[in-house]
Amino acid sequence: MSTTIESHSQPAPVRRPLLRRLVGFNLLTAVLLGVAGYYLGWFIGHQVSSGKSFKFISATDENDVALLLAYLFGVVGFLIGLGFANYPVSRLLGKPASLREKEDEGIGRYFGLCTDHKVVGMQYLVGIGLFFFIAGLNAMLIRTELLHSTPTTIAPNQYLSLVGMHGAMMMGVMTSGVLGPFANYFVPIMIGARRMAFPRIEALTFWLLMAAGFILTSTIFFGGFPTGWTGYEPLNDQAVMGMDSYIVFFALVGISMCLLGLNMIATIITMRAPGLTWSRLPIFVWSVLATSVLMVLAAPMLIATLAMAALDRTISTSFFMPGGGGSPYLFENLFWFFGHPEVYILALPGFGIVLELLPVFTRKPLWGYRLAVSGMLGVALLSFFVWQHHLFVSGINADLRPFYMLSTEIISIPTGFIFLCVMGTLWKARSSFTVPMLFCLGWTFNFLIGGLSGVFLSDTPSDTDTHGSFFVMAHFHYTIMGGLIFTFFAAIYYWVPKMTGLRFNERLAKAHFWLMFVAFNSTFMPLFVLGMKGMPRRVSSYAPNLHGLNVWVSISAFVLGFSMLIFLFNAVYSLIVVRLPAAANPWRSKSLEWQVPTPVPVNNFEQIPVIDSDPYDYGTPLGIGGTEPATAGA
Amino acid sequence: MAEPNHARRFTVLWVVASLIATPLVIVLLGPILPPGNGSQQASGHVTDNTVLLAMATPVLLLVVIYLIYAIIVFRQPKGGVLEGPAVRGNQRLQTWWIVVTSILVLSLAVYGTVRLEEDGAGSGGGPSPVVVPSGKKLKVQVIAQQWEFTYRFPEYGGVEVPHLELPVNQMVELHVTSLDVIHSFWAYQLGVKADANPNVDNVVYVKPTHEQTFEVRCAELCGIWHGAMFDHGHVVSQEAFNTWIAEQQTKYAAATKALPPYSKTYLPEPTRRAE
Repeated sequence: MSTTIESHSQPAPVRRPLLRRLVGFNLLTAVLLGVAGYYLGWFIGHQVSSGKSFKFISATDENDVALLLAYLFGVVGFLIGLGFANYPVSRLLGKPASLREKEDEGIGRYFGLCTDHKVVGMQYLVGIGLFFFIAGLNAMLIRTELLHSTPTTIAPNQYLSLVGMHGAMMMGVMTSGVLGPFANYFVPIMIGARRMAFPRIEALTFWLLMAAGFILTSTIFFGGFPTGWTGYEPLNDQAVMGMDSYIVFFALVGISMCLLGLNMIATIITMRAPGLTWSRLPIFVWSVLATSVLMVLAAPMLIATLAMAALDRTISTSFFMPGGGGSPYLFENLFWFFGHPEVYILALPGFGIVLELLPVFTRKPLWGYRLAVSGMLGVALLSFFVWQHHLFVSGINADLRPFYMLSTEIISIPTGFIFLCVMGTLWKARSSFTVPMLFCLGWTFNFLIGGLSGVFLSDTPSDTDTHGSFFVMAHFHYTIMGGLIFTFFAAIYYWVPKMTGLRFNERLAKAHFWLMFVAFNSTFMPLFVLGMKGMPRRVSSYAPNLHGLNVWVSISAFVLGFSMLIFLFNAVYSLIVVRLPAAANPWRSKSLEWQVPTPVPVNNFEQIPVIDSDPYDYGTPLGIGGTEPATAGA
Repeated sequence: MAEPNHARRFTVLWVVASLIATPLVIVLLGPILPPGNGSQQASGHVTDNTVLLAMATPVLLLVVIYLIYAIIVFRQPKGGVLEGPAVRGNQRLQTWWIVVTSILVLSLAVYGTVRLEEDGAGSGGGPSPVVVPSGKKLKVQVIAQQWEFTYRFPEYGGVEVPHLELPVNQMVELHVTSLDVIHSFWAYQLGVKADANPNVDNVVYVKPTHEQTFEVRCAELCGIWHGAMFDHGHVVSQEAFNTWIAEQQTKYAAATKALPPYSKTYLPEPTRRAE
């Protein structure tokens, strides 16, 4: 190993001409090999499935075997092209392998397998941003169709594909919305480590996710899929080939999530700097740890479920087909056993960001550190015991409904801890209302509405009215968009100055927040009413008396979409065009990541720091101005 | 300038606001909450929704008023770099918070369970529901398929009809099942929702309390015409129902003979792809 480390310390190689630099293991090679793999799989698929045992396929002009193989071979080719095979192959051949990939290169390191966690963080931010944009456009199209109470603009099957793509992309790609960019970038720095535990796996999670997002988008070439993000059987089995895109997409997302979680857990447990005890760990790192545990335990269930669905579709197994002795209930159970932890995978990083940022902007220590940690761990643990509340009216285990009602309602206790910690930190604070702070406060309001509306859904009798209606839709948009996406933007405005050394235009950023906050509430608040008036989810035709409110929602949604364009403009303008330099520590944060130089050196720290307190050492022992001793809270 | 007693100020604000808002919510919003008083179960839901909303109101006000108060009062002066008090928690407050939220949550769960087990709450109760209302019940089978509901009356020769009529003040035992994918039978005004699964008999009880027209929708994504899976049903007097069902029996006599014998579920057709 020592040879590789020496070679790393040599001066950077001479710049080669552009054409020479394009040859090698990078994104270009990966795309070419991916396309080659795709056609190879397509060819093999058609060869094997024309045999007698697969005769039923020839009844239609669909060939799921060919498409699934094409996707799998394509992904393998893509990963080989990026250079993921180099290390294992070198080791198998007994040759010394490079431990670091592309860490010294210039712009090229962003277009390939790079083992620097900071590069992966930036890759994630841009890559996820791309798919967030596509999924957001889908939402705009959905709302365009809902301007009319009957299908007009968009054909019903395309409408369902849009709904499915929007849901799956947001639930799949955005699952890593915080962990991908911000945990990969900042967790090693926050815990005083030089890198992640498994840098190559870290890069793999990103490129798998990109392949997955691309595959999901490609569903439009195969007829789309009609099931929404849940992919319920037997509709799943009935659907055309576009369904296979969904299956491969979500399975790849599952693998990516699982590996991301494992990597985070290993890093946080084993690589903390000396003195960084569990009670000094930044709260954001705690939230990442709790999320990672959920990812590792929940994602394999998803992968297995989708593998069964793929077998049902290709070789006529009958895991979920009632006609062959299977049960659609099995799919619902397995899916939600993944699916409910999944929604907390989306929520928990948001908790972490809010609690991490509030002390900085209130100039106070985090109030109730232990309570916050137990809240997050409590939510993570309980999230595995609530999944059947998605099946209250399904007729399965009807006598167990009181249990799931109880477990679902109990989960609001640890969630309440987080609210108490937020309120405690705000108490007698010296708050500056910077843009990240505004997004955190926006989270508090949105997640409150999301949580309280959840009470109606957790109560079985009341759920009878709201289940499967727009009420549910409003509820989870308040928790996911109002929760995850608001904190995602808080994190962007807070940390991107560290990641790039550049700052955003504050006026545009504030305009973004206020427009987004108002338009978000104006979009989703009326959906509660629509749901209560009896509008089911995922429909393109609805009762004419709901037309007015739907037009209102659509217009608000367009404004919400416009607020994202303000952000996009601000990002391009501030970070690419004018490039305003950011101060070294603009928020006067005491956290470790703001104490390292910008740009962060490849190895993060010259010397591993020794930690002697948690990063929330704000505030004075006496109250402000010293007029009265600080009495603890209310 | 002495610091005002923020805790007392905030508590007063919150208590007053809650005392005003909660009764207003109950009186003004309660009666218009869904799904109305179309059936015994639906009336139950209105009560439940009112109770939940009344419980949620003070919680909502607690956080919202607190946020507004904190944003207005606890500010950094312009250009200031003041530090806040270095308070890291309050054991007593934390304990109280845990106790109060736990009591709230547990009482919610107990309330929900009691209400659920009273009359099934119009929620799909599976093949053998725990709670079976006593007395005479009218059996109706709801058969879902892409993209319509049909209704079969086993007590009337197994006749199958395309639109639903129910007698008023009569406990109805709905057996919801599907011939293809998962649907969900949602009779909005009656407060009934039960998933229609292939090969499953999902039983739900409902007792309409007055004559009315109600909406029937599908509440589970079932393919491209999911949104169009919509119909009106009617609750009519017992006499009108008797006339109607007799008419249907004559009208569909030939079709009834061609139907498979009444059964709790029907195995779906072999897997097929949509066009």
